[in-house]
Formats: sequence, C-alpha cells, structure tokens
Amino acid sequence: MDPAIRVRGLVTRFGDHVVHEDLDLDVRRGEILGVVGGSGTGKSVLLRQITGLLEPDAGRIEVLGETVRDTSPEAFRRLRRRWGVMFQGGALFSALTVRENVEAPMREQLDLPDDLRARLAAVKVRMVGLPADAMEKRPSELSGGMRKRAGFARAIALDPEIVFLDEPTAGLDPIGAAALDALVAQLRDVLGLTVFLVTHDLDTLHAICDRVAVLAERRVLAVGSIDELRALPHPWIAEYFGGPRGRAAAGER
Amino acid sequence: MSETSNAIDVPSAQVAGDTLTLSGDLTIDVIASVPTDAARDVARIVLDGVTRFDTAGAWLVVQMSRREGEDAIEVSGATPAQAKLIETVRDIDAPPQAAPERRLLRDGIVAFGHAIWDAVRDLLELTAFFGRILVELGRLLRHPGRARLTPLVYHMQAAGLNAAPIVTLMSLLIGVVVAFQGSAQLERFGAEIFVVDLIAISILRELGILLTAIIVAGRSASAFTAAIGSMKMREEVDALRILGLDPVTVLVLPRILALVLTLPILAILADVAGLAGGAAMAWIDLGITPRAFVVRIADGTSPWHLAVGLIKAPVFALIIGLVGCRNGLEVGGDADSLGRLTSSSVVTSIFLVIAADAVFSIFFALLGV
Repeated sequence: MDPAIRVRGLVTRFGDHVVHEDLDLDVRRGEILGVVGGSGTGKSVLLRQITGLLEPDAGRIEVLGETVRDTSPEAFRRLRRRWGVMFQGGALFSALTVRENVEAPMREQLDLPDDLRARLAAVKVRMVGLPADAMEKRPSELSGGMRKRAGFARAIALDPEIVFLDEPTAGLDPIGAAALDALVAQLRDVLGLTVFLVTHDLDTLHAICDRVAVLAERRVLAVGSIDELRALPHPWIAEYFGGPRGRAAAGER
Repeated sequence: MSETSNAIDVPSAQVAGDTLTLSGDLTIDVIASVPTDAARDVARIVLDGVTRFDTAGAWLVVQMSRREGEDAIEVSGATPAQAKLIETVRDIDAPPQAAPERRLLRDGIVAFGHAIWDAVRDLLELTAFFGRILVELGRLLRHPGRARLTPLVYHMQAAGLNAAPIVTLMSLLIGVVVAFQGSAQLERFGAEIFVVDLIAISILRELGILLTAIIVAGRSASAFTAAIGSMKMREEVDALRILGLDPVTVLVLPRILALVLTLPILAILADVAGLAGGAAMAWIDLGITPRAFVVRIADGTSPWHLAVGLIKAPVFALIIGLVGCRNGLEVGGDADSLGRLTSSSVVTSIFLVIAADAVFSIFFALLGV
C-alpha cells in the first residue's frame, strides 16, 4: 500500500539560509509519526509544505498517492478535504462559536441540512471531550486546552484520513496533555487516522507515537521507534533521548 | 489513488420484513441522502457491504437504532472497526436540546432595553474614566518631573503634526466651498462684501474646529484603540501593571495630553487655511481683493468668533482621546472585539464631538458671544 505521505528530495531555502536539503520522509498509513528536531530545523515548515500552505523550492510531495504541487485547483481541493490540520494555538476563528468553527469545514465542503450539520458538529465536539455547553462559546471564552480540543474537533470535522497536529500538547498542564495524547491515540484507533505530529513533548512521543522522525542537519536524520533511535550514536539524538528529560520520560531515573 | 476508489458507492437502505439492510458508502458526503425514517418499523439493522464508513455514518446508525432516546434495536454486520466507531458515537451522542423558543416581539424589546442600558452604562464608565484622568493629571501637576516627555512628543507628532497636511488641505477646500456658495446667494442682493463675514464667522466659529476634530477623531481615536487594544490582547498592559506602572499614566495620559495640546494648533491652522481658501475664492469670483478681505475681517468680525472656536478645541481633544483610549482598554482577548471597538471609537467620538458642539452653541448663545 502507498504511504500516506511521501516526501522526496525536498529543498527549502529562505534567502541564503538552507532549511531542508534533499529531505526524504515516508509516513505510513494508520501510524502516528512524531516529528522532532531543534528550533529552526523546519518542522513546522515541513508541515506547512505538506499541507500546501508553503511552496518548497524543489522536491516532490505526495499525499495519499496524489501530488500536492503542480496539481489542478480542483484536484487539490478534493485532496485537501482528506486531511485536517490543528494549528499550535488552535487557530479557531474568533468571530465564530465552537460549533460554528467545527461546522465551517462542513459548510464549505458539503451541502448538508442545518440541523444535521449541527448534530454532527456536536458529535465531534463531544468526541474530543469538550462539554456540551462549550458548543455556543466563543474561542476567547475557552481555556488554552479547550481551544486546542476545539481545534482538534475542527480538524477531524470531515473524518479526514490524515491529521496534522502542530505541538498539540504545548502549553497544557500534564493532565490535559496526557488526556490529549490519549484522545489522539483513541481517535486514531477508532477513525483509522494517520497522524503527523510535530512535538517537543517527550512524554507524547513515548506515549502514542509509533515512529519518530528526527529532523537535523537539513534532512530527516533518522526514523524509527524510540528504542531504535536511542541506539543510534548520533550526538544530538543521544542528547535528545538520553538527556535528563528524555530519560525521565522513558521512565528511567 | 485511482478513480474507482474515489467514486462514491451510493448508499442504500433496504427494508425486508423487520430487517433494515444498509449498504454502500455511509459517509458525511452522502449521509443526507439516506432517509432517517427508513428504520421506523424494523427490529434489526444489518450493515452489509458498507464500504466506507465514518463518524457521520456511525451517527446515522445510532439514530436509526434508537426509539424514544433508548438504544432499542440490534445492529449487526459491522466490522470490528465499524462497531468500535458506532460504540464511541453511541456513548457521546446525546439527544438534541430543545432550541429556546423564539418570540420576536419580546426578544426585540429585551434587546432594545439592553441596548439602552449598555449606552447609559457606557456613558457612566466614560465619565468615571474621565475622573481617573483628572486625578492623574492633578498628580502630574504636583510632580511635573514624572511626566513622560518622549511618548508625549511622539504622540504629538503622530496625532498632531502628521495630521497637519490633511487638515490644512481640507479646510482650504471648505473655505473655497463656503465662499463659492455664499457669493452665489449674496450676489443676488448686491451684498457681496458680506461673503467675508460669512466665511470668517462660519470657519472660525464652527467649521474649522469641527472638521478638524472629525478628521482627528477618524485618525487618532481609531489609532489609540487599535494600539492600546492590541497591547491588551498581547498582555502587555498586564505586564505594565506587574511592573508597577499604571497603564493610564503610561499609555493614556500621553495620548490625551498630546491631543489636547495639538488640536488647538491644528484648529488655528485650519482657520488660517479656511480663510485663505475663502479669500482666494472671493477674489476670483467676486473681485474682493485680499487687502479688502483682511480689512473687512479686522473691522467687522469680533475676535470672539476665533475665541469660541479655540475654546472648543481642548474639549473636543479630550473627548476623542478619552473615547479612543478607553475603548482600547476595553478590548478583550479576541480579534473581533478589537475591530468592533476600533470602529466604535470613531463613531462614538465623532458623535460626542458633534453633541458637545451643539451644547457649546447653546451655551455661547446664552452668553451672547
């Protein structure tokens, strides 16, 4: 079976600064892939390129077997419908309520009766663990964790095949972060999602990621389970997973 | 992905005896085409050959399997993954809450009452804010060393100096318009020379200061709200408080003081430009030489006309600054409120300026100046 995401020979430059050089990455269907790397290694840039928000300077990106670049607007629109993105701060539309936010993709992509749309949005909102009374609230009335959950609900509003999550647990308390981790894993199992997860949260990596891709030296340095990565001799990887926080997350003291 | 797997497998709902058989795709794209009452009289739901299935499909199955809110009907034939999704949705899908009854007249009256109450409270809060500014001003007068000169000068430049070109140009044009309209009427009575009085009185008393205030309200009230409001959104205002700095002293006072100091100067500029425009038009249109124009103003126009205009300037400046800054501090956490309050700043300050102008007119009429 095709990988869900296939990136080949990706090159990204900002002026003279080369971010990615000949970067290759495969994301398998149904897996949760964690993407880690130091600041400025282009994790979020990669996410934005795969979702078509940013044009790479060279290279080939295929999502679900279809190319993201050089495609017709109509084909890209169909393809875009098959993924959802949760941005770092939730990126909820501040003028809309939570319900309207979750309804927004349905409203744009589908022609559903109003009441059906509202009921389906309610299912999604409850699915991400928000209380029913959050439906009619505006994003500014929600806490950071609730905003992230609402952003997640919007990302899965159309039952996409792939979900991109940008730092889903950043800024959450450990309980909220663990709950969000569990939610991502649960929805992956139930909905059969493929998850592309940019994170710094070592606990998330340990808890739910099937594989981890390490971005360093302008490319994907290594991909594998955490145990495989820890066995690698590369200094940055050793520091990342073998440092005090890495060991703590792995349950060693 | 190939064409065939993208094509939609049309869903079907077949009733045979007491069994409803669902097949084809059951996804959010096509769910609206499945009649929900198909399961009304059946005792069993069978998923047979359901190719694609998502949360919306699971929701539909859950709806069909319910009788009066109870899970009454057995669902079979689902793959393990489908069954898992159905169970997840079944656990969380609550019956819809009844929408609140809408009564148009009553809601309208309630909304009207709220609007009035909000307006009254708004005015009270603005007055309270004015009081705070006065207190801060008094404190500043006792300790002039605490004045923040750099922001004051900066805002005098941004709100005053930078507004000078547009205020001058606009006032010049207004002078031309008044002279032109006045001369057309007064010529019919052979009273051309009175066009000078018309221009002088209307520009000096009303138009010069009023139009300047309106332009400054449009430029600066909105700028104050946007600047302070975005600082509020990024928690900079809270950071100031933590540092022991009062946002009113640091952010509001320099802006209001800058306006109070510069608006009278802008008004003088507007007066001069308006008279110049009027004089030019009177010369071109009626042949009144600039010398005759000046002599006529010096002889026939009381200096009180100029004074009346300039007395109003600091008051208008205060109104514009108060509304702009207070709305900025009212901004909440969302971008929506920033936009709403910025436009409300412009509308409110212009309205209050014109209302104050009307009060001044009555006041000066009673005084007889």
